[in-house]
Amino acid sequence: MGAAREPAAPGFSTQGFATLLHKEVLRFVKVGVQTVAAPVLTAMLYLLIFSHVLEDRVQVFDGVRYTSFLLPGLVMMSVLQNAFANSSSSLIQSKITGNLVFVLLSPLSHREIFAAYVLASMLRGMAVGAGVFVVTAWFADLSFAAPAWILVFALMGSAILGTMGVIAGIWAEKFDQIAAFQNFIIMPLTFLSGVFYSVKSLPGFWQTLSHLNPFFYMVDGFRYGFFGASDVSPATSLAVIAATLALVSAIALRLLATGYRLRH
Amino acid sequence: MNAAIDVRCVAKRYGSFEALRGVSLSIEQGEFFGLLGPNGAGKTTLISIVAGLTRASSGDVTVMGHDVVSEFRAARRALGVVPQELVFDPFFTVRETLRITSGYYGIRRNDDWIDEILANLDLASKAESNMRALSGGMKRRVLVAQALVHRPPVIVLDEPTAGVDVELRQGLWHFIRRLNREGHTIVLTTHYLEEAQELCDRIAMLKQGTVVALDRTRSLLHRFAGGRLQLRLVGAPLPRALEPLRVEDPVAKDAGRDVAADGERVSLRVDDYAGIEGMLAAVREAGCRIEEMELLHTDLEDVFVQVMKETR
Repeated sequence: MGAAREPAAPGFSTQGFATLLHKEVLRFVKVGVQTVAAPVLTAMLYLLIFSHVLEDRVQVFDGVRYTSFLLPGLVMMSVLQNAFANSSSSLIQSKITGNLVFVLLSPLSHREIFAAYVLASMLRGMAVGAGVFVVTAWFADLSFAAPAWILVFALMGSAILGTMGVIAGIWAEKFDQIAAFQNFIIMPLTFLSGVFYSVKSLPGFWQTLSHLNPFFYMVDGFRYGFFGASDVSPATSLAVIAATLALVSAIALRLLATGYRLRH
Repeated sequence: MNAAIDVRCVAKRYGSFEALRGVSLSIEQGEFFGLLGPNGAGKTTLISIVAGLTRASSGDVTVMGHDVVSEFRAARRALGVVPQELVFDPFFTVRETLRITSGYYGIRRNDDWIDEILANLDLASKAESNMRALSGGMKRRVLVAQALVHRPPVIVLDEPTAGVDVELRQGLWHFIRRLNREGHTIVLTTHYLEEAQELCDRIAMLKQGTVVALDRTRSLLHRFAGGRLQLRLVGAPLPRALEPLRVEDPVAKDAGRDVAADGERVSLRVDDYAGIEGMLAAVREAGCRIEEMELLHTDLEDVFVQVMKETR
């Protein structure tokens, strides 16, 4: 019995998974002003300020105005940050207040718990992203060169950040640690991913460094869906983020299966 | 028939600290079982291992014949746990909380049973209230309701009446007793030993991660049969022949009293009621006058204190 790992549970409890997913969605919907409306407003302020200051000074893709270039980046940034915030804040709150015990006492397997937390995060990320798009699209001329890529990159990006939120939520033992994860890892990787600029405008060393940042591929691939133009090919971006998703998912599943910092 | 809970040689180590040292016990279906011990004895650790919240370092645990690790789904479906901490999810109402808990166990459309539990726990009027708006006692009732929502055959209550008022305590025990009569196995940890004595068929006492007593409640009380004879003696000290029977009793302490004027209060162990006459004769022969006399029957608290002392 001392084996560290939860054995493979037969099947997949659809009802259990759906309930946890429903609970996680209700959790952010009930505080929608904070979880959806506020980040939409923040993104709109970013757009207004940056586009006002830089519209006539920065040239990125040929024939694409800076505001139009910025908008998909802001949408993707909102998707990513909110997907991370959802799973990480839910888990740390549940751990600190102790109510995670109800999930841990239940017959849910680690796969069902993982799937529910990540999917709820994706839904919040996509809801915020859609909100940002709806309120900012009026300010830019946008095309939809490859809509399927937009959807694929938004879904995969939110899945990656939702999964990273699961990892952070399991690892952290206090709110301070989640804030550190968000401010020292997620925020720099997001801001240095080319949301506000094309990495081609950077000096060589920084361009190379940007290519080591998986967030760059999420934003670049997402932007390709709008303009049909990107810093790297969308297929490359897709391959990088698919590998990233596989890696972070494996880590999160392992942590859940072994009960790391959950089942002592 | 499978045991409701079977614990075999379970040890739990946290670094060099041994929280449980090879605990074995079996709880039969339909029993009302008490798990007692001082703080830090390992009660909650043992319950956490049974519930899958903690992983044992070694040993095996089954619930209704299902291993809590390899068959965790079946084991957890068979178990309802009322945690010791007063935990709740502040986002939801009482009814939402119970529906969510039902869903975790794969149960949909459980409102009939939820309504029955709410009525039995006197929570019906609070069904649509947010958890944050409830008093501590009400939150405790919701914890009990959550443990029952999937109709588990085995119910574990970890200190369910800590900080709870008398009315709720009585209502809770009335309901839990009914569930026990209907065939549910009940496992209880509590610091209120009179509750355990009144409710439990069988009791295990844990100390420093080891089972130091495991018997039927009646047998435990018989083991310390008789009780205590409390006397207030005037005129002469307790005869030397009776000194070995003297037991420590906080009520019998003479601290701060004028022994010469009020007499000496002594408490004597009575192993056999037939021996009382001899004890009183010895006192009289020694020239003592008995000013007060009271015969106290052994209760679980005496047994608990004695067992803990014997296993120091």
